[in-house]
Amino acid sequence: MLVVNGVYKSYSRGGMFSSDRQQILRDVSFAYKQGECLGIIGESGSGKSTLGRLLLGIEKPERGTITLHGESVENRSSRRGRISAVFQDYTSSINPYFTVEQAILEPLIRKRNGREVNRSKIERLLCQVGLSASFCAKYPHELSGGQIQRVCIARAIATESSCILLDEAISSLDGSVQMQVLQLLKDLKDTFQLGYLFITHDIQAAAYLCDRVLFLRSGQIEEIVDIAQLRNVQSPYAQKLIRMMMN
Amino acid sequence: MKRLRYLFNNKLAALSLILISATFIVGIFAPWMAPNDPNEVHMELRFASPSWEFLLGNDHLGRCVLSRLIHGIRPSVLWVLAALFVSAGLGTIIGFIAGYRRGRIDSFLMRICDIMLSFPGYVMILAIIGILGVGVENILLAFVLIKWAWFARIVRTSVMGYAELEYVKFSKALGVGNLRIMRTHILPVTLPDIAVASSSAYGSMVLQISGFSFLGLGIQAPHAEWGMMLNEAREVMFSRPEMMLAPGIMTVVFVSAVNFFADAIQVALDPKLRTNSSNRKYQSALVAEKMRRDEVA
Repeated sequence: MLVVNGVYKSYSRGGMFSSDRQQILRDVSFAYKQGECLGIIGESGSGKSTLGRLLLGIEKPERGTITLHGESVENRSSRRGRISAVFQDYTSSINPYFTVEQAILEPLIRKRNGREVNRSKIERLLCQVGLSASFCAKYPHELSGGQIQRVCIARAIATESSCILLDEAISSLDGSVQMQVLQLLKDLKDTFQLGYLFITHDIQAAAYLCDRVLFLRSGQIEEIVDIAQLRNVQSPYAQKLIRMMMN
Repeated sequence: MKRLRYLFNNKLAALSLILISATFIVGIFAPWMAPNDPNEVHMELRFASPSWEFLLGNDHLGRCVLSRLIHGIRPSVLWVLAALFVSAGLGTIIGFIAGYRRGRIDSFLMRICDIMLSFPGYVMILAIIGILGVGVENILLAFVLIKWAWFARIVRTSVMGYAELEYVKFSKALGVGNLRIMRTHILPVTLPDIAVASSSAYGSMVLQISGFSFLGLGIQAPHAEWGMMLNEAREVMFSRPEMMLAPGIMTVVFVSAVNFFADAIQVALDPKLRTNSSNRKYQSALVAEKMRRDEVA
């Protein structure tokens, strides 16, 4: 469904006249199958968030292609309703001037439903992520981190896309809340047959949620492995990460 | 709403706001508000003291000072406001393009801004007056041509900060159009910055246009303008010093009000600066409440 083919990305380091560029991604290729949950694991600076932005079509790769159902993701209409996202930083993931209702309404608005339909839909979505309908009128600064992340998940599901990119979506939450959100994600995945692209540095969380994991190291894919085979990884880097997690 | 309430709780800010809006209203309805025709000459009443018919007295041609002051609001205050809106609007559009698009367009636009900003403002205005001739329209045009670069810089910095936020990224991922993202997500949060920048620019623009009119480069006789009234009063500075009072005090009071108001909105819009008395009052009330409930040991 989502096919990444030979993608390169670099950013310029200097000013306008500088040709000094920092290579972020090198020859990244993989295929994501509909409905699966693919973990993208890497340390900070490995290029995983850049890869996330490319997958969402927010930025363009320098070389290579990313296609969604055969169409390029850079094409705005091709990704509408097909891919959605939840990001790491809950302090800025909802417009501070928007209520929860308005935030969830944003992806719904293009579907041109009636007002009543939208209202009941928002309440159902909030209920599905474990929040009550009374949250509709609240502003993001009145919510806790875990609640905001739940609203973001509701907003991501509202697009009815089959693939949701979670960019460190649980990393900024604390322990017990992380577990609750992971559980929620797992339940939603089973209910709606959702697929996730789960970008994280936390192998344990990835092992809990994902079907396959992809190890990314300094912009290159080290290894892609099924979760059942996680113990038998080949590359030394992946072995090191797993050993660190075991201890 | 909290911000508005802050503005009205701050007495100085509320007073400034009332003064500024009263000036605007009087200026807009000048022909109905002014007691006399500002250009009607009464040579028999030269330098007359205030009377019931001419509340602030008469000038060197016997014209009504109060009426001239009221008619002077239009060029001194209202036209400057219009010029401010045009240049702030232009600067906002360019700042948005530069800050949102980044990359080459940004570098290109910012280098143009650098060039504009590297000329001293007064020299540019004098040059434009030299080319286009004397007149208030030309000064206003010069304001627009010079100030937009300054606004563009401020708006660009502000937009760049907000364009990277995650709710903007989410909208982009959804495939929402760029114009719509700018309108719904970026404009509301940058508006405070634009408001602060324009209100502080406004005071200096009012002073500048009065200054140019004082030098005889702005509005032309017989039309009234505060700076020009001061210039007329300068000729009789030693024999009739009171002639300077009305336009001088009006200019000083209005510009001070604008500056106080600019300070107040900056504080009202920036929560970090809002360590005001109302907040402290709230804190002490909270402590008192806790004391009453014996929560404090």
